[in-house]
Amino acid sequence: MGLLLPSCGEVKTLGVNPCEQKDFINQNIGYMPQKFGLYEDLTVMENLDLYADLKGLSQDHKDKSFKTLLNFTGLGEFISRLAGDLSGGMKQKLGLACSLLGRPGFLVLDEPSVGVDPISRRELLRMVQDLCDEGMTILWSTAYLDEAEKFSSCVLLNEGKLLYQGAPQDLTSKLEGRTFFAYAKDGKNRALLKQIIKDGDGLTDAVIQADSVRVVLDRGIQKYENLDLQPTTPRFEDAVIDILGGCPKGESSLSHNLQIVDDASEYVIEADALVKRYGSFYAVKNNTFKVKKGEIFGLLGPNGAGKSTSFKMLCGLVTPTSGTARIMGLDIQKNLSKARSYLGYMAQKFSLFGGLSVMQNLKFFSGIYGLNIWEQRDKINQMVDIFDLKPYLGHNADELPLGFKQRLALSCALMHNPPILFLDEPTSGVDPLTRRDFWNHINTLVEKGVTVMVTTHFMDEAEYCDRISLFYRGEAIETGTPSELKNKVSKDCTMEEAFIALIEKYDRQKIQRMPA
Amino acid sequence: MWNRIFALMIKEFHSIWRDPRSRALIFLPPLVQLCIFAFAATMEVKNIDMVIWDQDKTYYSRELSERFQNSVWFRKIYYVQDESHFLRLLESQKVMMGMNIQNNFSRNIKASKKAEVQLIFDGRQTNVSQILSGYATEIVNQYQKDVFLSGFNDLPRVDIRTRNWFNTSLMYLHYTVVSLVATLAMIAGTILTALSVAREREIGTFDQLIVSPLRPFEILIGKTIPPLVIATIIATFMLLMAVFAFGIPFSGSLWLFYLSTLVFLLSIVGIGLFVSSLCKTQQQAILGSFIFQMPAMLMSGYIAPIENMPVFFQYLTYANPIRFYLVIVKGLFFKNMPWNVVFENLAPMFVMALIMLYCAYWVFKRNLD
Repeated sequence: MGLLLPSCGEVKTLGVNPCEQKDFINQNIGYMPQKFGLYEDLTVMENLDLYADLKGLSQDHKDKSFKTLLNFTGLGEFISRLAGDLSGGMKQKLGLACSLLGRPGFLVLDEPSVGVDPISRRELLRMVQDLCDEGMTILWSTAYLDEAEKFSSCVLLNEGKLLYQGAPQDLTSKLEGRTFFAYAKDGKNRALLKQIIKDGDGLTDAVIQADSVRVVLDRGIQKYENLDLQPTTPRFEDAVIDILGGCPKGESSLSHNLQIVDDASEYVIEADALVKRYGSFYAVKNNTFKVKKGEIFGLLGPNGAGKSTSFKMLCGLVTPTSGTARIMGLDIQKNLSKARSYLGYMAQKFSLFGGLSVMQNLKFFSGIYGLNIWEQRDKINQMVDIFDLKPYLGHNADELPLGFKQRLALSCALMHNPPILFLDEPTSGVDPLTRRDFWNHINTLVEKGVTVMVTTHFMDEAEYCDRISLFYRGEAIETGTPSELKNKVSKDCTMEEAFIALIEKYDRQKIQRMPA
Repeated sequence: MWNRIFALMIKEFHSIWRDPRSRALIFLPPLVQLCIFAFAATMEVKNIDMVIWDQDKTYYSRELSERFQNSVWFRKIYYVQDESHFLRLLESQKVMMGMNIQNNFSRNIKASKKAEVQLIFDGRQTNVSQILSGYATEIVNQYQKDVFLSGFNDLPRVDIRTRNWFNTSLMYLHYTVVSLVATLAMIAGTILTALSVAREREIGTFDQLIVSPLRPFEILIGKTIPPLVIATIIATFMLLMAVFAFGIPFSGSLWLFYLSTLVFLLSIVGIGLFVSSLCKTQQQAILGSFIFQMPAMLMSGYIAPIENMPVFFQYLTYANPIRFYLVIVKGLFFKNMPWNVVFENLAPMFVMALIMLYCAYWVFKRNLD
């Protein structure tokens, strides 16, 4: 692209050196950066117009390409809407449309699917596929391996090193015969996972997938410690974990250090007819559910479905229009401070104080949860040990590698031994190994009786949940275990397919229910 | 509860201190403004050029011209012989004032009649011409007195002797530097507070604060005290500069100075918090604090005397804490203002502080929606 000069080596894009022939490159490349520079105060049409002028398209050419692009992206009916008011998925589509102006021969997309829900993501992928079929070359960077699986060729990078180059299928097929599902006899998949990764000999990877544990074994190993293994087809993610040297093994050190939560009440989080209305718009309509102690409860749904609002009502960030939210049996509106002292909260972007050092962050969070100086010191030492933060204590939180940021955020949220942990999209944009590491910690917490509530539109995270509430248009349209939701659609579909199918089914029913 | 507030306060200090931009915001403005206000933005009128059209051309008229020539205020004096030159110099802004001495000037003096000189000022620069006319009148008066003493012109007159109290030599620098104590404390107070909430909202840590057991009023206290302390340090620095670098005597009580500084800053921080609880980004917060700062400065009595404002605006200045604080600071510096007068000016600021902090608290609580 010529945006960054290499220290050494040579780049050739479309046959030329991009740093030397910028004009040629600019004319022939479409580039969509991670956050496409849409002007949020301009309408969809004005944005397109602006980018067309920047590309120097003639009026005649402009009219023609707008028509095809609006058709192609399905943004035709929103041309007069402000770009800032579009959903995450539509913004990405508009960004894509803008970068397609002038019909570039080569399209570069930098993590186009971050913050995009599965439905929009599928549409985005379909559009890109169509472009491919028309002969365009597309470079799509992503941290999501299920996306990479769909492309014709991939380049796998880790810590600046090239690990693999070629078709994803070729890599995946090497794992044939090494992937299995293991089922726990008593249905306790978390305990099973913990037991599997505890010794970890001959194990490449193990993750929870709905009510089973997906196990990848090292080459040449057929059996694993009297487990009942059902063979399954390998995924690209399995292969990547294999290349990366396998998942983190052993026990989360949290398991020795954490007190067991002991509380009589059976339901620790209760939402009772929660409604949130902004003017005439219902962000959440009549939402009721209960979460048992020691459960991982997931709020799943596309952008703007109301899952974040529900989540925020439950931790007291948003006051409900009607209905009550109870934490450990306490009405959160009436006992705000008390109820919140039961909560650990880890927000989407980790919400650390970037300008403060790791130590200062730890001190601050332990302080606002009311620990005294001696308790603070003990607790901080403990967290530093558990999460290996020692080498980073003096660093600014901003400078930490992503995985450590996440650990720091988790340790800050756990300072006061909360019986309930709220996670808002905890692992979006995080690499697969860090994600496993994180969920191992969470699983350990749950074993100790901590209740976890998580919002996500990331299907891997949904698999970890005991129960999921599927949100759409402000309502919880389905609630159940991951396998129950999948079974409603078909026997062996993926979580994502189930998600999309359930939402489409809801839409169809809605149309039928409407009076003619 | 105090544990939590304490943790929040420590964090505030850390984040202000570790952020190079905030740090610059604390140290740079006092130094820069001190230089600008003290040396460049002076309202003293010096180095003025004038034109004299002496039609009389006698001992008496020359004597008057010479007095202008010898005064420190005027740099260059053009002597012209006809009206067209006289007007051209004024029109082209080469000179700020002109003196026209009629040809019957000395004749009238000798006859002990009323002798007239015409002084013309360039009204395009209102302030300067007003000050100039003061200087010129003084020169002419002095001349008149001397002429009278030498035996001519026996008109009865009142001898006026002006003495400037509290700032005896009318040192303009004294006035600006002392006012800077107030204005700089205000700038630091509003911006630091306005930024502190907006910054957290921008990076998403504000939600984290809200879900913690910190209650809204605890957040308010934790957010109020650090800017208060920092702005007090700035005020102290300015006080020291005024006394030791500029040699301005501080004649009042230090206790009263710090008491009123605290009350003043409390109201300022209240305004900053109020602004920031309405803002979503740091940019909005900075713009928001400017929206407050500019009118507050203009209506403080520092730039234009409050007595000159229309009545409506005079009432409006009662809501402006810096108006009262300026009175106190100047009073404490120049005239050892007694405590009861200080308290008279302190009370309205205190009321303002309570109102603003309550408003901030109210918006804060409502914001949770």
